[in-house]
Amino acid sequence: MSVPLTLLGLLERGPSHGYDLKRDYDAYFGRGKPLRYSQVYATLSRLARDGKAVAGPVEQEAGPERRRYVITAEGMADVQRWLAEPAPPEPDLQSELFAKVVLALMLDRPANGYLDIQRAAHLQRMRELTELKRRGDTLDVLLADHIIYRLEADLRWIDHTAARLDLLARAVRR
Amino acid sequence: MDRPHGGPAGPARQGGTPVTADRTGAAKIVEARGLFLSFGETPALRGASLVVRQGEIVAVMGPSGSGKSTLLHCLAGILVPDEGQVWFGGQRLDALSDDRRSALRRDRFGFVFQSGQLVPELTAEENVALPLLLSGTRRGAATTAARKWFPTLGLDGLEGRRSGELSGGQAQRVALARGLVASPEVLFADEPTGSLDSMSGELVMDLLTAAVREQGTTVVLVTHDARVAAYADREVIVRDGKVSTLSGAEA
Repeated sequence: MSVPLTLLGLLERGPSHGYDLKRDYDAYFGRGKPLRYSQVYATLSRLARDGKAVAGPVEQEAGPERRRYVITAEGMADVQRWLAEPAPPEPDLQSELFAKVVLALMLDRPANGYLDIQRAAHLQRMRELTELKRRGDTLDVLLADHIIYRLEADLRWIDHTAARLDLLARAVRR
Repeated sequence: MDRPHGGPAGPARQGGTPVTADRTGAAKIVEARGLFLSFGETPALRGASLVVRQGEIVAVMGPSGSGKSTLLHCLAGILVPDEGQVWFGGQRLDALSDDRRSALRRDRFGFVFQSGQLVPELTAEENVALPLLLSGTRRGAATTAARKWFPTLGLDGLEGRRSGELSGGQAQRVALARGLVASPEVLFADEPTGSLDSMSGELVMDLLTAAVREQGTTVVLVTHDARVAAYADREVIVRDGKVSTLSGAEA
């Protein structure tokens, strides 16, 4: 995900301090991976340099940089363009999962056993997310569903792969 | 926007403790021991074993034709295995006469299937009351008990509808009410959301799990759908007529 464009999008709601943008980014999009302040301020400086935002004067207050940023027309055009584009339909393949299956088959190790424990781990995570949906608010549900559907796609691949291991083994063994 | 979304435990949190209760200490309620069953020349079960404990929700998963529905039918006393034993509490289900097995099914078990289970000539309320009427409850008491389920399952006002006048999701919730109305000890559900879209299916599973947790009902749930299985306490995988050992034939 593009951090600069996401911050720019948050900035379109109204003039904001870097602190507020970081807080909202973390709350909506960070989920366990908060932005560093240094990254926020460096990004905002770059956006200002490139004419996407304008930095106000430093405010006379103690603490971290107190400076209000305002999005420019060019910045808004960037956000609009970005939101109208599809994200690359290139899922971040669970490449470890794929690599483990192929290597297990190459090395004549029990690929089926690996797929079984992976399935169990995926299902356990889906149970946690399903429980979280029951207790969470709307945004929790939306995000949990997003992860659940992706885990489900992995699980379908796991089942599909488990059903044709013999064929795959012949294809990868030398 | 003055309240950014927050909370200490977002879904992105990795790992964490299991959310479901550990019931390994609870009493066994249903058990399959080494079941074999063939339909003609075709083996469906080849040594399937499974222990289900009181109050747990177990998802039985597996590819099409793996034998998962056949296993459910044996556990529920609908089918009798060629070999092996089926236990319910302290009783050998497979050793009972057909009549006694039917009576036990009617009085102690509830059922929800994929679709098409409602009697089309009856209203929703009469459909729900049916298990009580069949086990000898008077009509007035059966109707009162049936009616209680309608608000619980979001079916207010639909008591008088026939199945043709209900949406798929509504019909499935009526079927769920019918499965639970007699307070069964075990609810057997075979692809209970199989004919529903994802939103209706989710609603059915939310209501099903809330109701059975409230009543302490044990559930054996056959599904190929991982999102449905995620409502269970644990899953077992049936493959080639056996319960995969990794998934815990012995709970």
